[in-house]
Amino acid sequence: MTLADVLITALSALRSNLLRTLLTMLGIVIGIAAVITLTAASEGAQKGVGERIRGLGSNLMFVRPGAVEESGVQLPGSGPGLFLEDARAILDAGFPYVEGVAAQAAVGGPNPGILPVQVIHLGQNKSTSLLGAEPSYEFVRDFYVERGRFISEDDLTKKALVTVLGGDVVDELFGTEDPIGQTVRIAVGPGSFAVGFNFTVVGVMERKGASAGTDQDDVVIVPLPSFQARVPFIRDPRGFTNVNQINIKLTDRSKAGQAKEEIAALLRQRHNEAEDDFRIQTQTDVLSTATEVERSLQVLVVSIALISLLVGGIGIMNIMLVSVTERTREIGIRKAIGAKRIDILWQFLIESLVVTTLGGVLGVVSGVGATRVAEQFQIGGDNPYAVTPLWVLVGLAVAAATGLVAGVYPAWRASRLDPIEALRHE
Amino acid sequence: MIQLHGVSKEYRVGSERVHALRSIDLEIARGEFLAVMGPSGSGKSTLMNIVGCLDRPTQGTYRLDGINVNRLGDSQLAVLRNRRLGFVFQSFNLLPRLSAIDQVALPLVYRGALNRRKVAAAALALVGLSNRAHHKPTQLSGGQQQRVAIARALVSRPAIILADEPTGALDSKTSMDIMDVLRKLNEELGITIAFVTHEHDVAAYTRRIISLRDGQVVSDVPNTPSYAQPQAAPAEHVAP
Repeated sequence: MTLADVLITALSALRSNLLRTLLTMLGIVIGIAAVITLTAASEGAQKGVGERIRGLGSNLMFVRPGAVEESGVQLPGSGPGLFLEDARAILDAGFPYVEGVAAQAAVGGPNPGILPVQVIHLGQNKSTSLLGAEPSYEFVRDFYVERGRFISEDDLTKKALVTVLGGDVVDELFGTEDPIGQTVRIAVGPGSFAVGFNFTVVGVMERKGASAGTDQDDVVIVPLPSFQARVPFIRDPRGFTNVNQINIKLTDRSKAGQAKEEIAALLRQRHNEAEDDFRIQTQTDVLSTATEVERSLQVLVVSIALISLLVGGIGIMNIMLVSVTERTREIGIRKAIGAKRIDILWQFLIESLVVTTLGGVLGVVSGVGATRVAEQFQIGGDNPYAVTPLWVLVGLAVAAATGLVAGVYPAWRASRLDPIEALRHE
Repeated sequence: MIQLHGVSKEYRVGSERVHALRSIDLEIARGEFLAVMGPSGSGKSTLMNIVGCLDRPTQGTYRLDGINVNRLGDSQLAVLRNRRLGFVFQSFNLLPRLSAIDQVALPLVYRGALNRRKVAAAALALVGLSNRAHHKPTQLSGGQQQRVAIARALVSRPAIILADEPTGALDSKTSMDIMDVLRKLNEELGITIAFVTHEHDVAAYTRRIISLRDGQVVSDVPNTPSYAQPQAAPAEHVAP
């Protein structure tokens, strides 16, 4: 019996019970579509996060204050022990690989804690994040002004009440109007405890997009000393200037290891604490943490999809067993006229394989369709979906393997039937 | 062509042993047309199953065209059934999905033969069903279905066609039609035909009648076909 004959036989058997075939197939279609869609979503997110982290600037290193422990939970970046003076010291130490240093302090943002930030203009208001920055910020973070000017050295010494707005803030408060020269009110603090000051808009930042949870365009930038002077609660009793983060731009990414060690040594010497009260992260660290999170998410997602495939496979095996029983007499007839065991085995195995492979192809098609639809309606944010050939192949291979595994036992049972018994079967 | 020597078949039903066949000696020559008769449980069907290579004897030897069937494995038996044996059943046993011509071509499919459709069409013509080639079993009458089954049995030019009560499910008029078809195949194409039947008027068509009782041959006699038939019985056919 040639393969073509076996295929024709399988197809005609499947067609004769079309509804049952389609319902059986549905289990595999859904499973494979789930694999394709979920992996596309997670691959896309992974790619997106990676791109955005790289987009922060390629040779960046971040120093953050150490964690404050609150009822046993470490809150990274929440400690008080990092100062503007540390940033100056790093710059003054004259490390040959340090290209620029920019200290920053920030409050507000999507998870503001006790210090939410509102920016208000003519009755319009928007909650946003407030960033105190130095002039070097532009260069170090590779994030430039598009219109107007950035914060200048002069603004720092004068503690000037000037601000540079992110693209989202401009859109929301000004629409198409030119914001430069206008006044906005920035209010920091919860509800009626909010403290507000008027700032003059001097510039608008270029668009950068969202990055790992924070939207870089949703920001209001003010001179760091103005921030220190106006934002309550963030004051060091010794007169130092607290900062949230020191951004360090390196000349070369390969120097990251050396830089991390030497800068840590410098800060340890300055802080003179038993334990480090700061953390240094290179961009690679941030990237690998994000990737790790995405990886474990992907494992979870794929295992859910595989479970649905398993369920589909069990359905197929069940139906194949029913089918073998129903067609016992047919098997007897085929054996009587000369079908060998292997012919019967192939007949049922190919039937199962046809169902799952066809289901796999339909699953890939509907999975790709589902990602298109999800992208269209921006389900899951503006993350891209990336259907990778690898997962398409994996999906098809898993579908075929499911058919093989689910079909083998029923087919084997069919092939072992005694022709006389089978012919007697009603 | 078919030689059984001391063939016995035992079944175990629970703890009991059932002797379906007891030491049968039987020879069937090429071109014979014979009936096997006997009451239920006499071993007729077991005998047909063994001759048809669907079953193996517990004792004794069976040779088909000089091949010692006892020694063959399952797949070799399948090849024998495919190439040298044709089956016709009481309940037709057609596959519900296939058209008449595909039913007839099925043994050729398992053989991997070429131009099956042409060969199958010729077989259908022999049983007078050329005009029903593309009908499914449900669209055919009982007599027509049995003719398709006969065409399927003869399509591979077997040494012998074995029929298990081929007219058992048919009315007497249709039964006579089917017997005429079988007789024609025997006389005109020289195909050996052996069948089991209860009915004496069906058995009367043959030239040899074997009677079984309790798994043993109780009589094996030549028969003069009841319808006017000038041909004499072939000389070689003598009961052992």
